Amino acid sequence: MNSKSYSLFLKDFKSELRTRYAINALAMFIIVAISVILFSVGNEKISQSLTGGLFWVVIFFTAMSGLSRAFVSEEERGTALTLQLIAAPSTIFSGKLIFNIILVFAMNTVIAILYSVLFEAFVIQNFALFLTSFVFGNIGLAVSSTIIAAIIAKAGAKGTLYPVLSFPILLPLILTSVQLTLFAFDGISFERAKFELAIVVSYDVIMLTASYMLFDFIWKE
Amino acid sequence: MIWKIFLFLLLVFVSVAGIAFPIVENPQYWYEFPFIPGLGENAKIIFFHVPTAWLTVIGFLMSTIYSFKYLRKKNLDDDVKSYAAAQLGMVFCILATITGAVWAKFAWGSFWSWDPRQTSIFALLLIYGAWFALRSSIESEEKRATLSAVYSMIAFITVPFFIFIMPRIMTGLHPGSIPTNPNEEQVSPVINFKMNGNMQLIFFLSLIGFTILYFWMWQVGYKSMLLKEKLDKQLIRG
Amino acid sequence: MTNYSVEATGLNKSFGRRLIFNDLEFKFNKAGVYGISGPNGSGKSTLVKIIAGIIAPSKGKIIHNLDNKLIAEEQLHNYIGFVSPYLVLYEEFSTYENLNLFAEIRGVKFDKERIDYLLNKFLLFKRKDDLLKTYSSGMKQRVKFIFALMHSPQLIILDEPTSNLDDEGKNSVYELVKEEGEKNIVLIASNEKSDIELCSDIVYLERYKN
Repeated sequence: MNSKSYSLFLKDFKSELRTRYAINALAMFIIVAISVILFSVGNEKISQSLTGGLFWVVIFFTAMSGLSRAFVSEEERGTALTLQLIAAPSTIFSGKLIFNIILVFAMNTVIAILYSVLFEAFVIQNFALFLTSFVFGNIGLAVSSTIIAAIIAKAGAKGTLYPVLSFPILLPLILTSVQLTLFAFDGISFERAKFELAIVVSYDVIMLTASYMLFDFIWKE
Repeated sequence: MIWKIFLFLLLVFVSVAGIAFPIVENPQYWYEFPFIPGLGENAKIIFFHVPTAWLTVIGFLMSTIYSFKYLRKKNLDDDVKSYAAAQLGMVFCILATITGAVWAKFAWGSFWSWDPRQTSIFALLLIYGAWFALRSSIESEEKRATLSAVYSMIAFITVPFFIFIMPRIMTGLHPGSIPTNPNEEQVSPVINFKMNGNMQLIFFLSLIGFTILYFWMWQVGYKSMLLKEKLDKQLIRG
Repeated sequence: MTNYSVEATGLNKSFGRRLIFNDLEFKFNKAGVYGISGPNGSGKSTLVKIIAGIIAPSKGKIIHNLDNKLIAEEQLHNYIGFVSPYLVLYEEFSTYENLNLFAEIRGVKFDKERIDYLLNKFLLFKRKDDLLKTYSSGMKQRVKFIFALMHSPQLIILDEPTSNLDDEGKNSVYELVKEEGEKNIVLIASNEKSDIELCSDIVYLERYKN
C-alpha cells in the first residue's frame, strides 16, 4: 500500500460521491434487511444467540449487495483497460481493497448501531472484545469480498453469482465472528476467546497473502 | 483388461462381504465382525460411506492440484483434468452426504444435525456447487480455466479453517470425533472405534477398490472430454 | 534519440484452442514509426495488448529494454502510451480531472505545461473542465491521445488511431505521429492506408498464421 493505491482509492471515492452508486444501494439494503427481520420477529423476544446470528446475516448480505461494485463498475464501463495502463496489479488491488475496507467499516458500524437500538438482546458486555473481533472480522470480510469481486467482474456474471461464490469462502470467518459476537454478549474475557481471535487474525493474513498472489492471474487475461 | 476384471471381482467381494458378514459379540471365524457399542449393524456403512467421503477429498485435492498446474503452465488439458476430477468429486460428495444422512437417521435419530463433519461436507458441497456455477457462467475457455483455477485455490485455503473451527463451535456426534474439552463429558455415542483384523482388511480393500475405480473413471472422463473437443474442432473446420 | 527497444521472440497466442498468430518475431530499437497490419480478426489488437503487457502471450515473450536494461513488468505501464477505440476514460470526471487522477495513480508529476500544450494541439483547451460524458466520440478519441502522451512515454502504441476522427483531427494525429517518431518508438496497428503509409517498417500478421 502506497500513495499510488491511495490515489486510486481517492478516485473511487470521488467517483462514488458523484454517482452514489454503492452507497445508496447499501443504505437502502440495510434498512430493508433489518425491517424484514423486525417484521418477522414481531413482538417475540428473540434470544441472544439468534440476535448474534442475525447480525451477521445482515452484514453478509449487505456486503454482497455492494462490495462487488469496486471491480464490476470498472469492467462494465470498460475502464479496466485504462487502469491496467496506468498501474501495476498490486496497486489496483490495494486501491480497491482500501475502498472496500472503508465501505465495510461504514456499513457495519451503521448495522451495529441500528441493532443495539432496535434489538433488546443486543447488549454487549465485553466491548473491547466486540471491537477487536469487529475490526478483524471486517478486514477479513473486505479482503475476501474484494478478491471474489475481481473474479466476478472478469467472469462477466452480475449479481447472483457473487454471494454463491463468496459464501463458502466467508463461512469460516462468519462462523467464528458469530461465536465472538456471542462471547462479547456474554462478557467472556479475551483470555477465553483467544483461539477464535487467532482464527480470525490468521484468516485475514492468509486471505490477504493469497489475494495478492492470485490477483495477477485474474487481472491479466 | 485383466485389472478391470480384478477390480470388478474386488468390488463384488467387498460389497458382498460388507453387507453379508454377520456382526457378533465375540468374533470367532474370519467372516465375523466385532460388535461396536453404539453402532451395532449400522457399523457396516463404513465400507461404503468412508470410501465415498475419501474420494470426495481426493477429487477436491486433484482438482486443486491440476488448477495450480494450469495457472503455472497455462495448458488447457490440465483444466480439463481438473474439471473431470471435480465432477467425480461432486458425485462422491453427494453420495457421501446421502449415505451419511441415512446412517445418521438410524444412529442419531435424524437425517441432519449439523455435526462438524456434516457441516464440513456441506461446506465442500457448497464449494463444488459454486465452482461449477462459476464455470458455467463463463464462455471463453481460457478465462473459464483461469478464473475457476483461482477460485479453487482460494477455496482450498479456507478448508483448514473448517477443520480448526468446526469442533469448537459444534459438538461432535460422529464416530471418531475428538472431545473438544477433555474435562467435558463425551457426547458422541461412540467413544472407541476399534475394528478387528478382518473388518480392517475389508475396509482397506474397499478403500483401495473405490480409489482405483475413481482413477479409472477420471481417466475415462478427461480423455472423453479431450476427444470431444478435438471432434468439435474438426466439425467446425469442416 | 531513444535508447528504448522492444523485441518479440517466438511469440504465440491462441484463444482456447484457436491460434491467432504463431512464431512472431520483430525488433524495433530505433526511434521511428512502425506498423502492424492485417485483415479484420487477424489479431492486431491482441498483439498490441500483448506488447503493452495487458494480456499474456501463450508462448514466447516481449522484451522491453531501456538503456540495455530490462524494464520490470510492474513498471512497464509508465513507459507506454496507448490509444485505441476500446479504451474508455472516466466519464464522470472532466478532462483535467481525469488527467490529474492518472498522474497521481501513476505516481508521476502532473506536468501542466505539457498537458496544456497537448490540450491546445488537440483543440480541447476550452473544454478541459467539462465532464467527459458531454463530449462527442471524436473529442473523446482526442482526449485519449493526451492520456497516452501526458507522461512522455518512450513507446507509443496506437491501435486504429484515426477512427472517429474528422480530417482536422486526423491531421493533428499525423503531425503528432511524425513529431513523436523523431524521438520515440511509435507503433501503429491499422488497416487505413493513410495510417500505414507513415510507417517505415511493417509487421504483416497474415504471415504468422501457422
